[in-house]
Amino acid sequence: MARQLPVLHALSVLIVIFALAMLAPLGVSFVYQDGARHAYEKGLLITLASGAALWFATRGTSAELRPRDGFLLVALAWTVLPAFATLPLLSSLPGLSFTDAYFETVSGLTTTGATVLSGLDHLPPSINFWRMFLVWLGGMGVVVLAVAVLPLLGVGGSQIFRAETPGPMKETRLARRITEAAKGLWLVYAVITFACIFAMKAAGMGWFDAIVHAFSTLGLGAFSSHDTSFAYFDSPAIEAVAIVFMVIAGLNFGTHFLAFRNLSVSPFRSDPESGPYLAVLAASVIGIALYLTENGVYPGVWTALRHSAFNVVSIATTAGFSSTDYDKWPAFAPMWMLFLSCFVTCSGSAGGGIKMVRAELMVRQALREMQRVLHPRAQVPVKLSGQAVENNIIFAVLAFMLMYGGSVIVMTMLLAASGLDIITAFSAVMACINNTGPGLREVGPATTYASLNDFQTWVCVLAMLLGRLELFALLVIFTPGFWRR
Amino acid sequence: MKIIVLGAGQVGSTVAESLVSEANDITVVDVDAARLRNLQDRLDLRTVVGSASHPSVLVSAGIEDCDLVIAVTQSDETNLVACRIAQQLFNVPTRIARLRATDYLANERVLGPDCFDVDLAICPEQVLTDYIVKLVEFPEALQVLEFAHGKVSLIAVRAFQGGPLVGHPLKEIAKHIPSVDTRVAAIFRGESPILPEGDTVVEAGDEVFCLAATENIRQVMRELRRLDQPVRRVMIAGGGNIGLRLARAIERDYAIKLIEYNKRRCEFLSSRLDRTLVLHGDVTDEALLEAENVGDMDLFVAVTNDDENNIMSCLLAKRMGARRVVALINRRSYVDLLQAGQIDIAISPAQATIGTLLAHVRRGHITQVHSLRRGAAEALEAVVHGDRDSCRCVGRKIEEIDLPKGAAIAAVVRGDTVIMAHHDTVVMAEDHVIVFVTDKKLLPRVEKLFEVSADFV
Repeated sequence: MARQLPVLHALSVLIVIFALAMLAPLGVSFVYQDGARHAYEKGLLITLASGAALWFATRGTSAELRPRDGFLLVALAWTVLPAFATLPLLSSLPGLSFTDAYFETVSGLTTTGATVLSGLDHLPPSINFWRMFLVWLGGMGVVVLAVAVLPLLGVGGSQIFRAETPGPMKETRLARRITEAAKGLWLVYAVITFACIFAMKAAGMGWFDAIVHAFSTLGLGAFSSHDTSFAYFDSPAIEAVAIVFMVIAGLNFGTHFLAFRNLSVSPFRSDPESGPYLAVLAASVIGIALYLTENGVYPGVWTALRHSAFNVVSIATTAGFSSTDYDKWPAFAPMWMLFLSCFVTCSGSAGGGIKMVRAELMVRQALREMQRVLHPRAQVPVKLSGQAVENNIIFAVLAFMLMYGGSVIVMTMLLAASGLDIITAFSAVMACINNTGPGLREVGPATTYASLNDFQTWVCVLAMLLGRLELFALLVIFTPGFWRR
Repeated sequence: MKIIVLGAGQVGSTVAESLVSEANDITVVDVDAARLRNLQDRLDLRTVVGSASHPSVLVSAGIEDCDLVIAVTQSDETNLVACRIAQQLFNVPTRIARLRATDYLANERVLGPDCFDVDLAICPEQVLTDYIVKLVEFPEALQVLEFAHGKVSLIAVRAFQGGPLVGHPLKEIAKHIPSVDTRVAAIFRGESPILPEGDTVVEAGDEVFCLAATENIRQVMRELRRLDQPVRRVMIAGGGNIGLRLARAIERDYAIKLIEYNKRRCEFLSSRLDRTLVLHGDVTDEALLEAENVGDMDLFVAVTNDDENNIMSCLLAKRMGARRVVALINRRSYVDLLQAGQIDIAISPAQATIGTLLAHVRRGHITQVHSLRRGAAEALEAVVHGDRDSCRCVGRKIEEIDLPKGAAIAAVVRGDTVIMAHHDTVVMAEDHVIVFVTDKKLLPRVEKLFEVSADFV
């Protein structure tokens, strides 16, 4: 146990910082006088006290964090912080069970956006602010985690870029130190958030809605302060702004960082993910618009295009907002959107799923095998941005895909066994493991996850955490080898 | 002229050989004494054993009163250092270095006066690659050379039965393609050169050298032989420096397969090439060639560093149905043995690469020198300076210029226009003149023509 003390010490610092984050909704509550103030005061004090206690208990551990400790720290951060985050919810919403509250906060911090709450429009504004602020914080954490931390641990989509060979990818090592890179990323994240807030306001939202929806959009979580999500506004301008910022948030923030630093778009051109990402999104939006028109869902092709653009981009980038109940569309469309959410987002974004880079590698690996059959003596490398990708990375990606598929099947079976119909079960698992939010049927865009029983809710929580921590970072701490010396 | 050649490898020996016959004072430096002895046995030159970049070695090679240093050792770095030392310590007026790595050439300051101070950098691999790329573009030609920044091209074509001009006198070419101005500069029948006249009859099997504006090359070639299908599929045997450069240069436009023996090299090649199919295997492995459909190849290019492998793989490929085979062959005796036999084109790397270098060595205002027929003949491009009194060309009709027999002015480039030479074409100052010389012995006399006499200031 003594070996884990440095991890706990680092965690105590995180808890204290997180406690201070509660000052934000406290301020909102103060401004709106919504009567939820005590909830934050209590939560803040408990969190601060726990953090401080842990800090004192573990002080004096001079040992440095080793790379391996990172796994535990990351896993603890994403499981312990949501628990503290439930405090304001529990005390201001009587009748909410801890399971549901924890689901809600995990959903926020993993930027999933699945909710168990309804009647959102009547919640105290500070509660909505807190939920969506969690998404924003989660997105921030995820971006740094994916771009700067996970590569150090040797897992995650970005490790593929870690090649130290010269070429277009060499700049992907953003800065010399993690803290430096993290600062840069947060700055970019904050700047884009501000841009989003002002754009939403300009498009017709009120300030409060603009701020919280900008939080939700940048984190690619689907929390909204309205039950009907973006349908509440029913404004093409607002939807257009949201689409643009969802697309931006689905790109690699490391690439954004480089683009900001060099003030040019060339990093996007040399980035192997941006191109396919945008192409798949555009093709799907147009394809589904035509499909909807063909099936007579909407009277005109422009209406179809408006709804297709918003909902397809939203689900594919794993944001999860909806402007209409797309579950009512003919079955192909929602299924295709669910499928897109598995792989479309770029590594190093707040999006979830397999990530575009892994999908690309898998496609190329498949083509390579076919070429090998035709030319047994050929030396065919799998390439990304003109660089050959080493085989061990491809093996890692293959293993990831296998684990991903396995996790989806096991959890779908668990949900189905506990009484959900198979479409609900499967779509709930997909929506959670990809950190999208809404699934289909019982957990569809028009409903919430409130109908699930406690067991099912915990399975969904696990799916969200697995997806967020890219499977390995979470699963590795359950291996005996991790705890052995 | 006193010349020091650093490095007695393939390029070094050829350079020494071609310069020695032009009455220069040559010293060759190399670390390998055996190689130098071999060179000294054949040629009239001095040799020094030692490291080419060491000042003491350079001094004993006589660098203090030397006019030209040609650094062509295997190592780029040695060449660069030697050039720098030659300039800084010994004030050698002209320094030429062989550079393989393109990185050195990417930034021009590297070769500038405040860095390594090299007057001319040559890259034999690149020259050879350009040579072969031309052959891919014009598969019917034996050689394609460009003059005057690509405006004029000289092509060597073997005449075949079926070309409209074959069996007819040359003057008919104007009737066949009236819109194209072309000039036949020389014809080689067997080994002997024929200076073409209007009523010279072209026979099948002749090697014909024609000069034409670059965009008209194809039409001229069509006169001498039936044109083949354009090349689409190319197989490259050998993935060394040349193979890699060649594949990179043409992989966008052609379907390429490249065979390389070394597994690690294969991995490297495949990471550097995007569309080329890199195959691991022996270039003379019949089963591999068969499996990869060598019979469907439009062009088979053997560029390993082993003459015998190149020849054998080309013969094999030809027998298995490759349309046209090209081999890189270093040894001159092999080249003479094989050209016009089963191997369509034999390229002598050394001869192909020293042209640019020779241009720098020659007196007068020679800007380009190309070796033809493995060094037996030359085509050169000279700039004419001066006026009627100081230069023996300016202001004179071509028939008035005192060219030795065996040399002919083939074209004049004036500004942007290309003028095919006729007996009454007048040469003016600042013209680029393209001269075809069928015998190397005539070179000194030709060069003298383009010199500006001393009283011209």
